[in-house]
Amino acid sequence: MDEARLLMRSRAGTAVIAWCLVWALPDGLAAEPEKSVAQLSALEQALADLPSEDETKRERAILVLIEQGDASFLPRLDDLRANADRSLRLAIKPVADLWRNRANLTDPDADTRRSAATDLGASGRILAISWLEAAAAKESHRWVRYAMEESTQLLRLASDDPAVKVEAAAKLGELRSQNAVPALKELVQAANEPSATDRQKTVARAAAAAVERIETWNVWSTAIETLFRGISLSSILLIMALGLAIVFGLMGVINMAHGELMMIGAYATFVMQECFKAYFPSAWFDAYYLAALPASFCAAALFGLILEMTVIRILYGRPLETMLATWGVSLVLIQAARIYFGDLTAVAAPAWLSGGAQVMVGVFLPFNRLFIIGLSILCVAGIYALLFRSGIGLRVRAVTQNRNMSACLGIPTRKVDAYTFAFGSGLAGIAGWALTLVGNVEPGLGQNYIVDSFMVVVTGGVGKLAGTIIASLGIGGLNKLLEPSLGAVYGKVLILVLVILFLQRRPSGLFAIKGRHADA
Amino acid sequence: MPMPEPHAITREGKESTAFWIVGFVLLFVLPVLNVLPPEDSWWHVSDFALNRFGKFLAFAILALGLDLIWGYAGILSLGQGVFFGLGAYCMGMHLMLTIGSESVYGSALPDFMVWNQVKELPFFWKPFYSFPMAFLAGLLVPALCALLFGFLAFRSRIRGVYFAIITQALALLAWLVFNRNETNLGGTNGLTDFKQILGFRLSEPGTQLALYVLTVLCLGAAYMLCRWIIASRAGRVLVAIRDSEQRVLFSGYSPADYKLFVFVVSAALAGLAGMLYVPQVGIITPAQIGVLPSLEMVIWVAVGGRATLVGAIVGAVGVNLGRSILTNHFPELWPFFLGGLFVAVVLLFPDGVMGLTNKTHEKIADWAIRWRKAQVVEEKQA
Repeated sequence: MDEARLLMRSRAGTAVIAWCLVWALPDGLAAEPEKSVAQLSALEQALADLPSEDETKRERAILVLIEQGDASFLPRLDDLRANADRSLRLAIKPVADLWRNRANLTDPDADTRRSAATDLGASGRILAISWLEAAAAKESHRWVRYAMEESTQLLRLASDDPAVKVEAAAKLGELRSQNAVPALKELVQAANEPSATDRQKTVARAAAAAVERIETWNVWSTAIETLFRGISLSSILLIMALGLAIVFGLMGVINMAHGELMMIGAYATFVMQECFKAYFPSAWFDAYYLAALPASFCAAALFGLILEMTVIRILYGRPLETMLATWGVSLVLIQAARIYFGDLTAVAAPAWLSGGAQVMVGVFLPFNRLFIIGLSILCVAGIYALLFRSGIGLRVRAVTQNRNMSACLGIPTRKVDAYTFAFGSGLAGIAGWALTLVGNVEPGLGQNYIVDSFMVVVTGGVGKLAGTIIASLGIGGLNKLLEPSLGAVYGKVLILVLVILFLQRRPSGLFAIKGRHADA
Repeated sequence: MPMPEPHAITREGKESTAFWIVGFVLLFVLPVLNVLPPEDSWWHVSDFALNRFGKFLAFAILALGLDLIWGYAGILSLGQGVFFGLGAYCMGMHLMLTIGSESVYGSALPDFMVWNQVKELPFFWKPFYSFPMAFLAGLLVPALCALLFGFLAFRSRIRGVYFAIITQALALLAWLVFNRNETNLGGTNGLTDFKQILGFRLSEPGTQLALYVLTVLCLGAAYMLCRWIIASRAGRVLVAIRDSEQRVLFSGYSPADYKLFVFVVSAALAGLAGMLYVPQVGIITPAQIGVLPSLEMVIWVAVGGRATLVGAIVGAVGVNLGRSILTNHFPELWPFFLGGLFVAVVLLFPDGVMGLTNKTHEKIADWAIRWRKAQVVEEKQA
C-alpha cells in the first residue's frame, strides 16, 4: 500500500515538474528553486532601481521583476510600497498583485485560489499561462479548475497567433465563460473595421460563435436562477402561510398579528445570538442558530397561547372583529419592539450557511436559500403528518368540522383550539427564524409579508394545505418572474389583479370546501 | 355575527334635534368665536384650532361613508384610504398647477417634476388646470375605481374577511404605486407647497375660515344623504344584506347591486373628504393612504359606534383629537394607544361610544320607570 502511494506521489511530482519545465521554458524562465546568481543580482538591482526617478529605468526594473521575481519578494515590495509616493505605488501594484496571485494559486482556501486565477486571467500577462496550467493540473476543486482553465484561455486569446486565438475562442465558448464576453466582442468588432485582415476575420468568426454560445447559455442560467429565487421566496411565503392557513383555515381566525409572531421568532433568534456571544465559548457560536430554532418556536407559540386566551377566545366566530383586535395587538407589539430593540438589529448567519454552491457555470445557489427551501419542505411534511397521521390531528380536524359533535364525544374543544393556535403561532416563529437568514430583523418585519401571505391563503382556499402550497408557489414564483420586466411594484399590482380575476372564477380559492356551506 | 341595531331608523326624532343644534354650533358659533373675541380672550377659537377641527370634520365625511358600508351593509373595506387619497390627489394636482411659476424653482411645472427632469406636463395632469374638472374628478375617480373594484369583488361574491383582505392589498398597492416617482405624482414627498385656491390665498385666515364652513356644509349634506339612503328601501335591503346576504338573495333581490351602489357612494364621500382635507392641511403624501391609515379610518367608526351615523362623526373627531393631543405630548405612546383602542373597542365596548350612551339612556329610562312605579305604589299605600 504505502509503496504504491509513494510511487504515485513521486510520479505525480515528476509529472508536475515536467509540466513546469515544458511551460516555463518558452517564457525564458529557469526552473524555480535554483535561481542563478546573475538573476538574483538582477532582481536586487531591479528592486533598487524601482524607486528611481528615471522612467525608463523604472520600467525596465518592473519588467525584470515581473519576469524573474517570485513571491519571496513580496514582503520587500510591500515595504517599498508602504513609503512610496503615488506613482511608485501604482507602478508596484501590478507586480505585487501578479506575484501574490501566483502564490495564492496554491493557497489552501479554494475561494482564494479561485479569485487568484480569475485575477491572473484579467491581468493579461501571457507568462501567467504556465502558472495557471501547472496549477490546474494539480487542482482538485471543480470550480477552481474551471476558473484556471478560463483564465488560461482568456490569456491565450490575447496571443499573436491567430490559430491559438481561434482555438482559445472556441474553448471559451465551450466553457461558457462569462468573463470572456467583452474580449470576444472586441475581436468581433475589430473584424468589422475596413482595415481588417482575413486572419482577423477568421478569428472574429470563431469569437462570434463563442459569444453566441455563451449568450444562449446565459438565458438558460438566468432562467434557472430566477426559478430558484422564485422557489425560495415561495418557501418563505409558504412557511408563513402555513401557520396562517392553520389558524385561519381550521379555526376561522384571522390573525393580523401573525406577522408580529414572526417578528417575535426573529427577535428570539437575535436574543439567542447575543446569549451565545456573551455566555458561551466563541467556538460554539455557530451553534446558536440551531439553538434558536426551539427558542423561536416556543417564544412565538407561548405568545400565541397568551393571545388566544386573552383576546381571540372571546371572538370565535366573529372574524372581522378578530381581525381588528389582532391588528391592534400587532401595533402594540411593533411599537414595543421598536422601543426595546431599536430600529435595526442584524443577525449574522452562521458560517455553515454562508456562501453557496455553484451547480453550473453562472448558476450559483446560496446555501441560506437552499436551507429555507429544505425547511419549508420539512414543515409541510411535519404538518401533514401531524394533521393527518396523528391522534392530535384527528381531534383538530374533528373540532374544525363539527365542534358540538366533537365536544359530545369528549374532545376538549377549547384546549384543542388553544393548542392549534399556539402551533400555528409557533410556525410563524419558525418563519421568523428562517427570515433572519435573508433580511434584517426590524420591528416592521412582519408587515412586509402579511398582505402577501393573506393573499396566498385566500387564493389557495381556506383550510387546504395543498391550496396553500400551490398558491404560495404561484404567487412567489410570479413575483420573481415579473420583477425583472415590470419592477417589484408593478409586478405586485399585476399579481393582485390576477388574484382578483382568479377569484372571479373560483370565489373560494383553488380548493374550496365542498358541500352546502350556505352562509358561513 | 352580532351587530348593533340600526339606531338611526328608530331614534330619528332625537337625532334630528341634535343634528340642528350641533350644526348650528359648528357652522355659526365656532366661526363667530374665531372672528369676534380678541385673541387673548378665553372664548377665542384660534385659527389653528379651527383649521385642525376642519380637518377632523373632513375625516368625519369619510367616516360617514365607511359607516354606510361597514355599519349598515356589513362590508368591511380596509382600502378606504385609497379613495380618500384619490380625491385628495385630484385636488392636490389642481392646487399644484395653480401655483404656476410661484414655486421654488419658478417653473410652470410642479417642483418635483423639475427634480425628476420631466420636461412636459404629463397628459393626465392637463385637465386639472380647471377647478370644476378637478372637483368632478375628485368625486368621479374614486367612484369609478370603486365601481370597477366592487363590480369584480361583489360579482364573485367576495365578502367578509376576504373582501377586507383584498381591499387591504389594494391599499398596500396604492401606497406602493403612489410612492413611485415615475407615476409623476410627487413620489414619497407627495404634493405640497400650495399657494391659492380659486384665487384666494391659502395662507389667509379668511380662506381657511371659508374652507372650514364649506367642510361643515359638506358634512351636513353628507349626513343628510347617508340618512336618506338608510331610511330608503335600499337602506333596509342593505341592513338585510348585512344580517343575511343569502336570505336577501333568495328573496329575489340582487345583493351585489345594492352593495356596489353603497360602495361607490362611500368612495365618492371619501373622495370629497380628501378634496376638503388637502387645502386645509396643505399636503398630501402616500403615507396618508397606506394600510395603516386605512385601518385607522375603520377604528374611527368602531369607536364611535357602528351603524349610527352620528357615531361615525363622533368617532372620527374624537380619535383624531386624541391623536393630535397624544402625539404632541407623548409621540412614542400613540401606537400603544391606537393598538389598545383596537382591542378595547372590540372586546369591551363593541357598540362604541354611541352604544355606551344608548345604554346609559336606557338605564336612566329604566330607573325613571321604576321610580315612577315605586311612587305609584307609595301613593296607593298612602
